[in-house]
Amino acid sequence: MLAFLIRRIGLIIPTFIGVTIAAFAFIRVLPGDPVLLMAGERGVSPERHAALMQQFGFDRPIYEQYLDYFFSALQGDLGNSLVTKRPVWDEFFTLFPATLELSVCAIVFAVAIGVPAGIYAATRRGSWPDQTIMGTALIGYSMPIFWWGLLLIILFSGILGWTPVSGRISLLYFFKPVTGFMLIDSLLSGQKGAFSSALSHLILPTIVLGTIPLAVVARQTRSAMLEVLSEDYVRTARAKGLSPLRVVGIHALRNAMIPVITTIGLQVGVLLAGAILTETIFSWPGIGKWMVDSIFRRDYPSVQGGLLMIAVIVMTVNLIVDLLYGLVNPRIRHVR
Amino acid sequence: MRKSKLLMATLLGATMLASGAAQSKTLVYCSEGSPEGFDPAPFTAGTTFDASSKPLYNRLVEFKRGTSEVIPGLAESWKVSSDGLEYTFKLRQGVKFQTTEFFTPSRDFNADDVVFSFERQLKKDHPWNQYTAGIAWEYFDGMSMPDLIKSIEKVDDNTVKFVLNRPEAPMIANLAMDFASIMSAEYAAKLEADGKKELLNQQPVGTGPFKFVAYQKDAVIRYAAHEGYWGGKQSIDDLVFAITTDASVRQQKLKAGECHVAAYPNPADLEDLKADANLQMMEQEGLNVGYLAYNALVPPFDKTEVRKALNMAINKQSILEAVFQGAGKAAKNPIPPTMWSYNNAVQDDPYDPEAAKKMLEAAGVKDLKMKIWAMPVQRPYNPNARRMAELIQSDFSKIGVGVEIVSYEWGEYLKLSKEKDRDGAVLLGWTGDNGDPDNFLAVLLGCDGVGGSNRAQWCNKEFEDLIQKAKVVSDKAERTKLYEDAQVVFKREAPWATIAHSVVFMPMSKKVSGYVMDPLGGHWFDGVDIAE
Repeated sequence: MLAFLIRRIGLIIPTFIGVTIAAFAFIRVLPGDPVLLMAGERGVSPERHAALMQQFGFDRPIYEQYLDYFFSALQGDLGNSLVTKRPVWDEFFTLFPATLELSVCAIVFAVAIGVPAGIYAATRRGSWPDQTIMGTALIGYSMPIFWWGLLLIILFSGILGWTPVSGRISLLYFFKPVTGFMLIDSLLSGQKGAFSSALSHLILPTIVLGTIPLAVVARQTRSAMLEVLSEDYVRTARAKGLSPLRVVGIHALRNAMIPVITTIGLQVGVLLAGAILTETIFSWPGIGKWMVDSIFRRDYPSVQGGLLMIAVIVMTVNLIVDLLYGLVNPRIRHVR
Repeated sequence: MRKSKLLMATLLGATMLASGAAQSKTLVYCSEGSPEGFDPAPFTAGTTFDASSKPLYNRLVEFKRGTSEVIPGLAESWKVSSDGLEYTFKLRQGVKFQTTEFFTPSRDFNADDVVFSFERQLKKDHPWNQYTAGIAWEYFDGMSMPDLIKSIEKVDDNTVKFVLNRPEAPMIANLAMDFASIMSAEYAAKLEADGKKELLNQQPVGTGPFKFVAYQKDAVIRYAAHEGYWGGKQSIDDLVFAITTDASVRQQKLKAGECHVAAYPNPADLEDLKADANLQMMEQEGLNVGYLAYNALVPPFDKTEVRKALNMAINKQSILEAVFQGAGKAAKNPIPPTMWSYNNAVQDDPYDPEAAKKMLEAAGVKDLKMKIWAMPVQRPYNPNARRMAELIQSDFSKIGVGVEIVSYEWGEYLKLSKEKDRDGAVLLGWTGDNGDPDNFLAVLLGCDGVGGSNRAQWCNKEFEDLIQKAKVVSDKAERTKLYEDAQVVFKREAPWATIAHSVVFMPMSKKVSGYVMDPLGGHWFDGVDIAE
C-alpha cells in the first residue's frame, strides 16, 4: 500500500508543474491585456500603458514572470488581484466554502438518487421503468444548465413561490461568517429560521448542479450492476436461495460500486465546471463566478492562482478516490 | 476558550443585529455586480461607484440629483481667480465622518481631508500613493489631472486652494466625479499607525448618507443610515445591495419581492415588468452616444460628401427597433439630449437611400468596398454591435456599397481602432463622466485625440477653435453658445454617423418613493423611502 501511495503521489508532481504552465499560459494567450480592458473606451496613452505594465511586472521576460509565479505559488503566495488589489489566496478562500457547500450537496443529491435509480433500472432491465429512468437520465445529461436553472426559478420561485430566487440566505439574517459554510454558520448564529432559510436557498442550485452528475451516476450504476449481475458468483448466490435483496444489495452492489466510485470522483471536475453557470444563475458567491469574471477582466494573478487551486483540489480528490479504490479493490495496488 | 468567547460574541452581535433589523426600514437593491473595492479613486466601474462613492462619501461639489448641474457639496462656495488658475473652496463646517465598528472619528471634516484625498493621487512620493500593491489612479490620471493640477493648498482649516497649470472650465465638474470623493485623513493616519493601510479599500469611512456595515464578497453589501449626516438622517435605516449578476434573475427577485429596486433589466423583460401591478418603471435617456466613426484620413472617407451620403443611407429607425428594442432614441448630435448645450435646432440627416446614391456618384465614388468594425461586447450605448453592423451592411448595399464586418477581442478592438491608417468605419460609443460637453466633444472629436480617442481621426479647425475656447471661458452661457455652434459644424462635416442614445430603465417596487434617476448612470439611495 505504501509503495502504491508513493507512486500515486509521485505522479502528482509533474501534473502540478504542468498545471502551473497551463494556467500561466492560458490567460496570456488570450488577446488583450488587463490595462487596456481597465481603461475601456477612455483609452490609455502608450507611455501610461508601459508604466502600468511595468508596475504590474508584466514587462519582464515571460520565463521570469513564470518562475516568479511558480516559486511564489509553492510558498502559498498567489499574488494580488489586479481588480480588487487583495491577495488571490484570500479571495479564493473567502469564496471557496460556498462552492464546496454547493458541490457537496449536489454530489450527495446525485448519489442518493442516482445509485438507487441505477440499481432499480438494472434489476428491471428492458422494462418501462428502466427505459423511463434511462431516458430521463439522457435528458438530464443533455440539459443546458443555464436554461434548466432559469426554468426552475421561474416555476418554483416565480409562479409557485416555494423557493427563494437566488442567494445563500434570506437578507433578513445577518451574521459574520465563521466557517464560510452557510448551513453551519446559520446553525451557529442561533437565529431562528436561519438554517431553514439557508437550506431552502440550497434546493434549486443543488438540483441544477446535481442534474448532470445524477444522470451520469445513474447510467454508470446501471451498467456496472448489469455486468455484475451476469457474473457466475451472483448466479451461485441466487442458486443458494438468497433473497433478491441480499443478492443485489450486498453481493452485487459491492463490486458494482467500484467503477461508480471512480465516476463520482471524476464528477468533481464536472461539478466545478457546472458551478460556473450555476453560481451565475443563482448569484451564488463561489469561485466559479469569480473565475469567469477574472477571465473577462484579464486579471492574470486571479486566473492563474484560481486555476491552480482548482487543479490542486481536483488532483487531491482524484488521489483520494484512487486510494479508496485501492482499498476497495486490492488488485489495483499490485497491477499499476 | 478564546474561540468560544469569539463565538459567543458573534452570536450575541448577530442576535442584536437581527432583532434590530426586524423593526427597521430596509431597502434592498439588486445590483448587477460586485464592487472592485470601497475606495472609489483607483477604480473606473460604475458598479464600484454605486457601492462606494455614492452611499459612503461626498465630494467638494456634487451633481444636483437628476441633472448634470454642479451644486455645493462639502464646499459651501468657491471662487475662481480672474485668470482661471486658482480655485478657492470654502468648506462646510460641522460635517461628521461616519462612526463605525472599526473607527470612531475624533474631529469633523476639514481641509486636511481634502488635501489628503487629492495629494495621494497627485504625488508619486505620497505615502498613500501606493498603499496597496498594484494600485493605479485610473480616473485621476485618465482625466489628465496630474498635468492640470499644480498644487492643492490648505489655506486654513476651512479653506482649500487648487492651483492649476492652465485654465480649465470643466475643472469644477471634474471635482464632482467619483474619484474626487473625500476620505478621512484621520482614519488613514490610524490605519497607517496600525500597519493596515489596505483596509482603506475594504473598510471605508466617509461623510456620506450611509455608513458601511459589512460586505460578503460577491453576495451582499450592507449599509446603515449615517446618524450624523450633514444632510440629515435618511428615512431608511438599512440599505442592502443583493449582488445578482443575471438580469433575468434580478427580474424574478424583483417580482418575488426579494428586492425593491433592480438595475439594468433585459430589454425583452420590460413589458412583463411594466405589467406587474406591484412594480413601477422609471426611465431616462442615458448620458451616452453610440456612433459609427469613419476614418477621415483615408480616402474616400476624407470627403465630407461621402460621409454625408453614407449617413443618409442608414435607417436608424430599424436599428432602434432591432438592436435597442425600444430602449433607445435616435441620435443627431454627438452629445445626448440630457446634457446642457445640446443643440436641438440641428437637423438630422434624412434617411434617403436614393439621394445618398446620387451624392456618392456626384462625389465620383463607384463600387465602394469598406469595412465596418463591430464591437465584441455589449455596451450601454450599443447592446448588439454585430446586429447593428449587419443592418448597416444591408442599408449600404442598397446604395451599392459593399461592407465586410470585422471584429476583434475588446482590448485589441479599442487599441487597433485608434490607429490613424485604420481600414474602415468603427462602431463605438461613449458614456459621460462628468456631465460637461467638453467630456464628449474634446475627448472624442478634438484634434489632440487623433490617433487616440478621436476614432474618426477628424481634425477640423473651425470645430477645434470653438471647443478650445469653450474650455477656457468660465461663463456658462458663453460656453453653451460655443458648444451649440460646435454641434452645427459637426453635423455639417459628418465625421460620424450618430446612431443612438440608449434609454435606461429602472424597475422598482411601488412601495419605493423618492428615487431619482441619475443622467450620469449612477444609482443613489439618499432621499429614498419605502412604505412598510
